[in-house]
Amino acid sequence: MKDPLLPHLVEMQSWQQESELVFTFQVAPPEEYGSFRAGQFNMLYLPGMGESAISISGDPADRNHLTHTVRAVGNVTRALHGLRPPARIGLRGPFGRGWPLAAAEGRELLLMAGGIGLAPLRPVLFQALAAPERYQRVTLLLGARSPEEILYSEQLLRWKSDAGLQFLATVDVASAAWRGDVGVITDLVQRAAINPQQTVAMVCGPEIMLRFCARRLRELGVASDAIHVSLERHMQCGTGFCGHCQLGPYFLCKDGPVFAYPAVEPYLMTQEF
Amino acid sequence: MLMQRWTPRDLQALIDGLRAEGVRVLGPRVGDAAILYDEIETLPIGCGDEQAPGHYRLTARHDQSRFGYNLGPSTWKQFLFPPEEAIFRVQDGEFISCREQPDKMAFFGVRACELAAISIQDRVFIGDFADPGYASRRENLLLIAVNCSQASGNCFCASTGDGPAVGVGADLILTELRPEDPYYLVEAQTEAGQLMMSAIGGPAAATGEIDARDEVLAATRLQMQREFATEGIAEALYSALDHPHWDVVAERCLACGNCTQVCPTCFCSSTREHVNPVGLGVTHMRRWESCFAADHSYLSGGVVRPSVKSRYRQWLTHKLAGWELQFGVSGCTGCGRCISWCPVGIDLTEEVAEIRRPL
Repeated sequence: MKDPLLPHLVEMQSWQQESELVFTFQVAPPEEYGSFRAGQFNMLYLPGMGESAISISGDPADRNHLTHTVRAVGNVTRALHGLRPPARIGLRGPFGRGWPLAAAEGRELLLMAGGIGLAPLRPVLFQALAAPERYQRVTLLLGARSPEEILYSEQLLRWKSDAGLQFLATVDVASAAWRGDVGVITDLVQRAAINPQQTVAMVCGPEIMLRFCARRLRELGVASDAIHVSLERHMQCGTGFCGHCQLGPYFLCKDGPVFAYPAVEPYLMTQEF
Repeated sequence: MLMQRWTPRDLQALIDGLRAEGVRVLGPRVGDAAILYDEIETLPIGCGDEQAPGHYRLTARHDQSRFGYNLGPSTWKQFLFPPEEAIFRVQDGEFISCREQPDKMAFFGVRACELAAISIQDRVFIGDFADPGYASRRENLLLIAVNCSQASGNCFCASTGDGPAVGVGADLILTELRPEDPYYLVEAQTEAGQLMMSAIGGPAAATGEIDARDEVLAATRLQMQREFATEGIAEALYSALDHPHWDVVAERCLACGNCTQVCPTCFCSSTREHVNPVGLGVTHMRRWESCFAADHSYLSGGVVRPSVKSRYRQWLTHKLAGWELQFGVSGCTGCGRCISWCPVGIDLTEEVAEIRRPL
């Protein structure tokens, strides 16, 4: 019997600093890996340190690399920060349910990301911008602490100029060179050209941001069940065995991490749930 | 299938026979002033117990019964989902599975609520994903169940619908009659059970004895004082997440996690790395964990459930509501262990009744 808890040994192919604590690295997929869907995650393992659930931030069509963008905040992620190719690590996956891209076909795709919340949304951009005829419009609204902390900025600007991405960013604290907005991401919504009735929204960021984005989108007339969020809880197994990542009746690891907002709203609105 | 009539000697012959075939026979033994589940060679005789919220005492029944007590702190899950287990190890840069072919096991004296609990954990560990360790232990298991001929002060399996009559899934079902000089009615539910019956070969039971079994079960049902309304419980609890009674429970709850450790269905676990300083090998271990632990809900830089109130609410809503939606069954089989082993005697049936009371 295949053991879903046994990692594969994979080799790091590249490592790149994104901002002070955030970095992106690629590993060669294990032979039997197959493909992943935008929004899914892998369990990465370092011997003696443990495992960490990390979303996949690369192109789903790329079968030769698995890309992860990580913020060095815990034991495992800090250790990953110190590794360089050709380091070998453990990997299991992919786990979880991804973004409902099929449901967005023929409609407008609105992505809202806060900070590193952009990582699990970037596969959506790869996929949607490779087939732009499937969507009326693709929009990315991005919030970051500072201009320096905007991830993948060159690629985003390229997608904006060459691939028809409507892209707006806002920061909490601007630098002298910053020409974009300052403030919260919910204020960006009214500056973007969107047709709320046609919109399928995908939102990822801190939980408080999800709640306010959902409220703002509803006020604009986006249907509640067209708002999808990716949630975060501690995940140790990815398989529903360990119980850590539960939110109400859901295991985030296998029922999520992506949910239609109305399904999780009552639980997100309950303190300490 | 014919029902047989066995003597206590036949029970012993079954234990001996299974052991002779190399089967690990696990069952009740007296230890630490309680009934524990462990490897056994014989069954305890004349033991009873006395249970109330926060209270468990072994008593002497002054009879020859082998199953005259109810549940102790042990659960069968310790054998199917061990408290600590090696998942894989890292040796010379390779990941090597620690999953092994398990011993053949027989659980001797499984009660109705416990059989139900095993089938619930089956759904957790052999569902969307299968845990190979659990699955292989489960495949190599004989279940010898026993109908309860008495209820403890904390039992409420009749309310949850899991007992006291043993349901589907056991290989053999025993019913103990006439405790002062006991004999056993034996039924098989599976081929393995039929094989055990033909190996022991007791006489066929008379029709009147089948009625005697049903009378014992009816009496046990009547003995249960605790009632628990399960209908509509998931909606009721999820719509009462802000009920003030959660604060009242939290004033008493110590967040010790005893309830989760004695619960036959609780399945939360944590992993840790066991580093062997000799040879620098690493073993990836999994051990039981509790949603009452402060770091259970750890999330980059904080915990989701810092208060005792939020942890008790998580446990209770998951057990009685979330479970239904996750696995199609409640996570509670009415065994009452969490009531007996709560150091402050919190009784979930009472707490639920309070929380379901309209404000």
